[in-house]
Amino acid sequence: MSEFGNELIRMENIHKSFPGVKALKGVNFSLREGEVHGLVGENGAGKSTLIKILTGAYQKDEGEIYINGKQVEIKNPIQAKKLGIGAVYQDITLAPHLSVGENFFLGKLPKKNNLIDWNRIHKTTSEILKELDIDVNPRTLVKDLTVAQQEMVMIAKTVYENARIIIFDEPTALLANEETEELFRLIRTLKENKIGVIYISHRLEEIFTICDTVTVMKDGAWVNTLPVERINQDELISMMVGRSMEDMYFIKHPERGEKVLEVKNLTKEPRFRDISFDLHRGEILGLFGLVGSGRTDVVRCIFGADPYDSGEIRINGEKVEIRSPLDGIRHGISLLPEDRKKQGLALALTVSVNTNLASYNMISRWGIINLRKEKKRAEKYVSELSIKTPSILQRVRNLSGGNQQKVVISKWLCRDSRIFIFDEPTVGVDVGAKGEIYKLFEKILSEGNSIIIISSYLPEVMGLADRIVVMREGRCTGILNREEFDDEKILRYATVAT
Amino acid sequence: MEVQFKEKKAYMHSGALKKIFAGEGTLIIILAVLFVVLSIVSSSFLTLNNLSNLVRQTAITGVVSIGMTFVIISGGIDLSVGSVVGFSGIFATILMKSGMDMMLAIVISVVLSSLIGLVNGFLIHDGKVPPFIATMGMMAIVRGAIMLMSGARMIAGLPKAFTNFAQTSILFMPSLFFIWLVIILIAAFITRWTTFGRNVYAVGSNVEAARLSGISIRATLYKTYILSAFTSAVAGILMTSRLGNGIPTGGQSYEMEAIAAAVLGGASLSGAEGTILGTVLGAIIMATLRNGGNLLGVNPFILDISIGALIIIAVLIDQNARGRK
Repeated sequence: MSEFGNELIRMENIHKSFPGVKALKGVNFSLREGEVHGLVGENGAGKSTLIKILTGAYQKDEGEIYINGKQVEIKNPIQAKKLGIGAVYQDITLAPHLSVGENFFLGKLPKKNNLIDWNRIHKTTSEILKELDIDVNPRTLVKDLTVAQQEMVMIAKTVYENARIIIFDEPTALLANEETEELFRLIRTLKENKIGVIYISHRLEEIFTICDTVTVMKDGAWVNTLPVERINQDELISMMVGRSMEDMYFIKHPERGEKVLEVKNLTKEPRFRDISFDLHRGEILGLFGLVGSGRTDVVRCIFGADPYDSGEIRINGEKVEIRSPLDGIRHGISLLPEDRKKQGLALALTVSVNTNLASYNMISRWGIINLRKEKKRAEKYVSELSIKTPSILQRVRNLSGGNQQKVVISKWLCRDSRIFIFDEPTVGVDVGAKGEIYKLFEKILSEGNSIIIISSYLPEVMGLADRIVVMREGRCTGILNREEFDDEKILRYATVAT
Repeated sequence: MEVQFKEKKAYMHSGALKKIFAGEGTLIIILAVLFVVLSIVSSSFLTLNNLSNLVRQTAITGVVSIGMTFVIISGGIDLSVGSVVGFSGIFATILMKSGMDMMLAIVISVVLSSLIGLVNGFLIHDGKVPPFIATMGMMAIVRGAIMLMSGARMIAGLPKAFTNFAQTSILFMPSLFFIWLVIILIAAFITRWTTFGRNVYAVGSNVEAARLSGISIRATLYKTYILSAFTSAVAGILMTSRLGNGIPTGGQSYEMEAIAAAVLGGASLSGAEGTILGTVLGAIIMATLRNGGNLLGVNPFILDISIGALIIIAVLIDQNARGRK
């Protein structure tokens, strides 16, 4: 701990309540210069509440906060910023239609003779980006950057705004494995500059890679704070939920049956080419690869969301033409999209409507809906999947990420599908809900159905799948059976050009 | 059995009741207050004569606003409704004057006018033209067609049976209102009880999610805009009956009235919000204000300003209440 500098943050005995719930119960937290401090806990543990108190979005009810040794009251985000507290969230708050330079100076464009000093903007921005080793041209429009680059720019901007404390909330959710390395390199640079980092993530192995210390929270209370080297992943999880990780991926796999889906030489230039694989009844097929390898494109074509150029799809041995989502659905295929908010849910509508959304024709005659069946189905799945909602008439936008995901799953369970395609089903979902979703996979398999799961999270894919198809830059680079699973081998297939 | 039946009724109403007392409840209260105040302040307000007039006036634009509600819920807008109202009226007039049977003329005119909705749907879905632009263009095109067909002149000499209709009553209600009521009930049924109704909300909330759930966006949008054109066509017939002649400028600004009623009633231009009941209340509130204003001798221009301000304030309050959620 001696490699850390002065104390940046000390939070003592923080209490915070909302109507009906006590979110923080006497929590302590501290951070020093050059320290990367991980914050873990299930959804609802209080992590984001604690952070929001630091960033000025919420006001604490009780307790003291010391920044740089001085007691402060953080009344609003502007004060937090002045105190040097910056945050980088999952949703990127840059103006997409403006350039990187313009974003940096948003609201305070420097002027020379009453005209905008573009030279200064671009020069300063370039310097900052260079210091942090970020390879981006300040003139590029933000919307033309990759997601990873956008995130880097956000971090650079935060640093530029004199943040001494930077909070990362699920920073790798949208990044590919190699981009995560970039991020970690950046964080190490921040460390060298004596910036204190708070790192929140559900991906525990990241905590072990990048963090020095970790604090565990549970049900609004502080559980423990330890140097990362003094604890292992299982112990960490036990502190968070009281369950071991190994158990989580262990679900019952039924006997493998006949081929339900055959994909032959599926091609869609320039996204992917010559993709071939089979799916058997009762099987979980993992589709692994880096972001951009084409996995989502492939499954969207199988489902009918996008058209493909050439190739063959067979369902139960019969050749089929799938040209629209309705075709895919009629052949028993379901697709849970990667972006559940943008593609999976009608956020303004209720749990009941979203649950029934893909299958109203099953409960209506001549276009007229059987309202009782609509209600019964929604209630059935809310109960079966333990969806936390005050009622089925609650608008889906008010539910937490994990529960929203469960609603999307219910939508497809209503449909008697045989082939379920899950695209990154547990991103942004906390450990507790993840376990529930995996149990759901078990149920789906036991009923004689099959699953294709796309995941960029290797432990998840290796733990769940019977076989893994690895893709790289639009090509299938390897298909492995469970006995052959080896993380290095899989990563090599995913990253190295053959 | 008894319990099941009660439960069923309770469900069908509880969702509705809860919704009513959430959004539309405020509107009902406002309307009630308006009625009470106006009947106190003006002795002629609460008379059968005045109320029949109020209702007759509202019914025509009211019918248009029903179709507009569907369009707004779907996330779009239909600026061509006013022109379709005029078109349907003039076309029917021309047919009737050429000797065609009245009912046949009406049917042909309504069907043809509804096809304008099909064109809108095609432009918007297949042509990917933003609804604002597509329907604005159609508004101009259709109005131009009306002027061509009518020589930009009023057409008199409609059959008495036709022009008397607007003055008649059916089941003790002004016929105009009766027609509006029938359309309201059918529309309300559609939004609550049919797949199409759900699809309109889904498309308005998230088109991509709706598409990926197997909903035909094309079918939903075509039907929505055809429905809007249909209600406008019906309104055109009613309007022509009331005016007694074929008026080429008939229907102008009806789109504004329709949009205002829907928005006052809780519909959001970003889609997925709005109810038929809300729109109806919105229309009646605006009509009551105008009627009251007239009775009290308020300068009609001041009335316009007030109603405009009311709409803005109503949406302002609603948006901020929503934003908190």
